[in-house]
Amino acid sequence: MTFEQIIFYLFAGVLVIAAAGMVTVRNPIYAALCLILSFFTSAALWLLLEAEFLGIVLVLVYVGAVMVLFLFVIMMLDLNLDLLKEGFARYLPVGLLVAAVVAVEMILVLQSGPFGATQPAAPAPANNTEALGEILYTDYVYPFEIAAVILVVAIIAAIVLTLRRRPDARKQDISQQVQVRREDRVRLVKMKAERSGKEA
Amino acid sequence: MVEFLNNLLSSFLPDWMALLVVIVLKIVAIVLPLILLVAYATYAERKIIGYMQVRLGPNRVGFKGLLQPFADMFKLIFKEIVIPAKSNRFLFLIAPLLAMGPAFAAWAVIPFDDGMVLANVNAGLLFLLALTSLGVYGVILAGWASNSKYAQLSALRIGAQMVSYEIAMGFALVGVLMASGSLNLGDIVMAQSGSIFSWFVWPLFGLFLVYFISGVAETNRAPFDVAEGESEIVAGFHVEYSGMAFSIFFLAEYANMWLISALTALMFLGGWLSPFQGLTFLTETPVIGLFFGNGIHWLLLKASFFMLLFFWFRATFPRYRYDQIMRLGWKVLIPVTLVWIFGEGLAVALGWQPWL
Amino acid sequence: MGFNLKHYLKTFSLQELMKGMSVTGKYLFDCKFTIQYPEEKTPISPRFRGHHALRRYPNGEERCIACKLCEAVCPALAITIELEERPDGTRRTTRYDIDMFKCIYCGFCEEACPVDAIVETDIFEYHFENRGENIMTKDKLLAVGDKYEEKIAKMKAADAPYR
Repeated sequence: MTFEQIIFYLFAGVLVIAAAGMVTVRNPIYAALCLILSFFTSAALWLLLEAEFLGIVLVLVYVGAVMVLFLFVIMMLDLNLDLLKEGFARYLPVGLLVAAVVAVEMILVLQSGPFGATQPAAPAPANNTEALGEILYTDYVYPFEIAAVILVVAIIAAIVLTLRRRPDARKQDISQQVQVRREDRVRLVKMKAERSGKEA
Repeated sequence: MVEFLNNLLSSFLPDWMALLVVIVLKIVAIVLPLILLVAYATYAERKIIGYMQVRLGPNRVGFKGLLQPFADMFKLIFKEIVIPAKSNRFLFLIAPLLAMGPAFAAWAVIPFDDGMVLANVNAGLLFLLALTSLGVYGVILAGWASNSKYAQLSALRIGAQMVSYEIAMGFALVGVLMASGSLNLGDIVMAQSGSIFSWFVWPLFGLFLVYFISGVAETNRAPFDVAEGESEIVAGFHVEYSGMAFSIFFLAEYANMWLISALTALMFLGGWLSPFQGLTFLTETPVIGLFFGNGIHWLLLKASFFMLLFFWFRATFPRYRYDQIMRLGWKVLIPVTLVWIFGEGLAVALGWQPWL
Repeated sequence: MGFNLKHYLKTFSLQELMKGMSVTGKYLFDCKFTIQYPEEKTPISPRFRGHHALRRYPNGEERCIACKLCEAVCPALAITIELEERPDGTRRTTRYDIDMFKCIYCGFCEEACPVDAIVETDIFEYHFENRGENIMTKDKLLAVGDKYEEKIAKMKAADAPYR
């Protein structure tokens, strides 16, 4: 067994345990942490495959940003597990149906098209970040740009949804605050002394 | 030397184990000096801030107080780690390690000299971005697991702050990689070779400022230290920590400061390249050439300069208000980087590259 | 407010930050006036109010006549006095306790004393190692007075012209 194989089995083991933990653990914080761990180990597996860009971007985007916000939300919630379990039997059929549909879709996708390839198309270049960039900005430039536009629309939509103008709410305009100069707040007044000491 | 060690080890160990031993030795060779640097950074901070406040700073333990870091360390080691009631014990104890891990792991891709790097990966810059974004977990979990209002508030503040400033930081790095054409830190430094005027600070001055300012915000140092904010939320996420658990947070914070300093030096000030490059009468004289030539000492000097700036900021500026921090990140720094990158992109497209 | 070009130029040139940093930078090299306490000490005024002492007359008789003015004036109720009449007809204390934890070192006892018996010395470096030691009894106070009589007399003399 080579060094690489040992590392692979180590990471694979951790990944399987973390993924299993994510769906079975009761504490939602632990579940989120398990998800983070499984993201992290799968990124490590990608690194082993020399897909360094994908691996690192997985960590950067999912572990570094998305899961932080996720954890954020979970920490703010006061989760009541009993309430969550209440309608379990009633919603079970619907849930099973959705799961079945997802499974069928995944099988159909995996059996067709690019996923059917039995061998790697070409030997991976030494620097796959560069290779990925080149493909994204030449062959797939339109899909890439469209995806970017969709994301921007989603961002703006999210902002607009939460933007509520409340005329009665008092708030500070920071850019106005930081533009304040001394002259706006302090007025030096020259005044005559009202009484000139004790000498009288 | 590494070659020799490799041969020696593989003579009586299986190949993979020899590799492992060599890697572990290299890690030790990086981490030990780093911990020493961190220890003396705390001393330097107290001394410099003391001097700026017309005080003397620590001067009792050892000559001029030089043994102060060790005194502090022994005190912290022998203190009890108090675990608050109703806290989440497991997360409470694992959080400091989660904060320290990324702070040290990031040093794996930092080149200290030409070829002197633990892992010469192609996507070094991305690796760094990914790891610096991981540091936030330790802090968030510490805040939540402590079961304390102050710690929780601080965790929320720090989470939002670090996620926002990462964006500005990432964009500043995009500018660097556009200029150098590589994600490998060694290549980035080599792209700045030539003379002092081919360093990236000059063409990318705005990005340099943005990067360092967001670096200060990422490490939660003054004036962006609302996460600790003694006057509002006691000590923030580490109120409940004591002894070694606390000192690990401390270690992580200072290791991160050194990391940001070293990165700023590598990406904008030519890392280990000497500022006297090209002046052959200085660099090729036998004895003084060792100093004026390229070498790890230049990286150390430049990084130390940025550490000095960290302390200087802390002695000078009052703490930002939280909403002003958010405004600075989203409405000032990010637009500045976007404009700068757009200009740089135009320059690259027109083939006008003054930095090459 | 509108677009204020001057403001933007000022902000983006980081002019104010530089100004602030130049101030702290200047003080970095400024003369430090920290006093290295156990080795160096600042001069102490003759009016300094430190540890208490009970004084005696030159003939060895204690000054205190148990008038209880200090007990009455003490704002922290730190002084407790019990008295007796001696065979020679003089009033003297049998007990004179000062609780040093209650004492706020205001100096009122000294001001109130008609015979300059209770005084505050310039001793401020003292400590207690056990519970109960914070109560300064008459014996201890007299012992302090005997030990430092010379210094106390000098301090009182130095302060006298201003009273």
